Amino acid sequence: MSDSKRPRPPEDPSRLTRRKFLSISVLAGAAALGAPSIARSAQSLGDPEFKGWPKSYGMLTDFTACVGCRSCEKACNEANRLPAPEKPFDDASVFEESRWPSADAYTVVNRYANSADPSRPLFRKIQCNHCLEPACATACPIHAYTKTPEGAVIYNKDLCFGCRYCVVACPFNIPAYDYSSPLDAKIAKCILCFGRIKEGKIPACAEACPAGAITFGRRAELLKVARKRIIDSPEKYIDHIYGEREVGGTSWLYLSGVPFEQLGFPTNLPEKPLIELSKGYLSTVPVIFTTFPAIFGMVYAVMRHNERADGKEDRTKQHKEVDHE
Amino acid sequence: MSNNIQDAAQTASTSGEFRVWFMNKLFMGMSVEDYARSLVTPFNLASLLILLVSAPVFFMRYTRGLASVIDGSNAYPWGILLSWGIFASEPMYAAGFVVAAAYYLFGMKSYRPFVRVAVLGGMLGYIFAASYLLIDLGRPWRIYYPMLINFGTSSILFLVAWHVSLYITVQLLEFSPALLEWLDARRLHKWAVSLTVGLIIGGVILSTVHQSALGALYLITPGKVHPLWYSGELPLLFFSSAVYTAMSFALLLVFVAVRYFKKTCDSEFLDGAQALTLGLGKGAALAMYVYFALKILTLAQDNRWGLLFTPYGYWYLVELLGFVAIPMVLFTIGVKLEKIGLVRFAALYAVAGTVLNRVNINIITFNWYLPHHLLNIIPPGTEVIMVLAMVTFQVLVFRWIMNRFPVTRELPGYKGTH
Repeated sequence: MSDSKRPRPPEDPSRLTRRKFLSISVLAGAAALGAPSIARSAQSLGDPEFKGWPKSYGMLTDFTACVGCRSCEKACNEANRLPAPEKPFDDASVFEESRWPSADAYTVVNRYANSADPSRPLFRKIQCNHCLEPACATACPIHAYTKTPEGAVIYNKDLCFGCRYCVVACPFNIPAYDYSSPLDAKIAKCILCFGRIKEGKIPACAEACPAGAITFGRRAELLKVARKRIIDSPEKYIDHIYGEREVGGTSWLYLSGVPFEQLGFPTNLPEKPLIELSKGYLSTVPVIFTTFPAIFGMVYAVMRHNERADGKEDRTKQHKEVDHE
Repeated sequence: MSNNIQDAAQTASTSGEFRVWFMNKLFMGMSVEDYARSLVTPFNLASLLILLVSAPVFFMRYTRGLASVIDGSNAYPWGILLSWGIFASEPMYAAGFVVAAAYYLFGMKSYRPFVRVAVLGGMLGYIFAASYLLIDLGRPWRIYYPMLINFGTSSILFLVAWHVSLYITVQLLEFSPALLEWLDARRLHKWAVSLTVGLIIGGVILSTVHQSALGALYLITPGKVHPLWYSGELPLLFFSSAVYTAMSFALLLVFVAVRYFKKTCDSEFLDGAQALTLGLGKGAALAMYVYFALKILTLAQDNRWGLLFTPYGYWYLVELLGFVAIPMVLFTIGVKLEKIGLVRFAALYAVAGTVLNRVNINIITFNWYLPHHLLNIIPPGTEVIMVLAMVTFQVLVFRWIMNRFPVTRELPGYKGTH
């Protein structure tokens, strides 16, 4: 692999396009081109488990470094052209209450009490985790969500009819629905600065973080970085990279000095992608459609047959009675 | 009076004839003044009041957005509009499929007079369920998108959308003979009747998949629905509870017909009502034993016994013992002793239990671990008013059809055609 060890800015867009082209040709059955990379892709199509897009990007948030300056919130607000907040970004009083990402703020930082050292509160940045197999995309009945090969989970508001099943499905309660508009109601959430990535830039929050708490890079590399940090300073970190395995893995990874529970992370999630939980049910539907007509058609035929047989018996009985008389 | 009008019809001109026909069909043979006077009843005035109060709420919803009438958020996207309108009420609307299958597929001939009222209850229910979506969807004018524009084939909701729309179509066709008899359209009626068995089998399939799919919608939320209610068996549990809920609802519909629409019922309907109530009660009791056993099996399978002795565990026991076991026993006693009143009470109780189960899954235990959870799930008054208005409207439409269409009686010219 020629990829360097440290996270680097993305390759130029033309290469992305070429990879996309290659994967499309594989899907179209053009595997006969014979290049080894294509052969691998073809094999992975036959793999019963999707392991995520290779070489996709991700983010690593290190909560031990986060100082709660909210520079990421400010950068996100500007990059996504969101409305100005009620309180300015340097106002620390927002930490008095627990906030959550919304249609007006794709990322928020919350403060949590530090039980080990009360003088140093903990901070947690919250935004979409960009799951490798997103539950929102699984749930959407109109396929308005896409997990891009770059790693971002993006959403197309031109398809959305506003059912909010994605909000129900998301294990992290992230998609924010804009309930305020009668005509332009839509989902709003972090899109991993997909546009910026395509332009060769890195996501705004990662660029803005002065504390080095947010790192952008290829997910596979970020995992190595995270693991190395845990090995190098085991006293500083708990031995868990959140997002490595949760719900099949997320593109956004986290390191923490305290158990993730204390930062409000859900810790009751399965390690398999959530789509696996409904796949089995979906596969029984065609079985019902093919066997039920046969079963119930049979039941109906039996009933009609018995009816006719009874009718004949009745008639013969009647005849006999008539004969007797 | 209706005789007079019919006599008059024979001598009237074509336009006059149409007018008489129109008055006869819509005003049930009364003059406009008589009909208007017959509408002034306490029930109608109360209904009118509810609808009037709800009008500005609906106006707000469509002019100022959902935020003005519901408390939606990232953590609580669905409120009682959907919890009642889709999840809690659709099991009842399986009534049409249960009774129609008993008569047409399983040859239970004595159920014939009751098929139509059950199908009407089901059909109307599904149409109203879709109407709740038109309120709750952010962009209701795109309601057909999963059918025509783009397909989310991995989504259980995609499945539900298709099944609801197909099932509404099937139920409209199933009920169409009643409409055609009312209009006296003989040829079309013959066509419609000839489709029946195919439609019933189609209805059984669609209903089975659709009822279980409502449970399957929550398979994707293992971290969010409380583990006592979350289970891999949700589809089976939803289907199984829909069976007894549908039987209960069907026998309640028959009770409503006998009690409030006695004039429209023919003697076959009135004479058979008791036997039907006992028959459906017996079926419902059996189905409840199955459901109860499945609930216990699920607890054992997921090994959730320990959770029973937590606050949510006590609430779970209220649902399982108070709203499944008790109506189940009441059904059994009522059927055994042939106490019609007790069977009807048990039916109402059982339906209430299913409503509680669905509300528990959609709202009460959904994101139960979040701080201030129980305060966050209290529905706003505006949402409650919309639900009340929809229920009222549904009852009014049901009554309108019951009073006019041959639902609880056979028209003389159409005996033995279905």
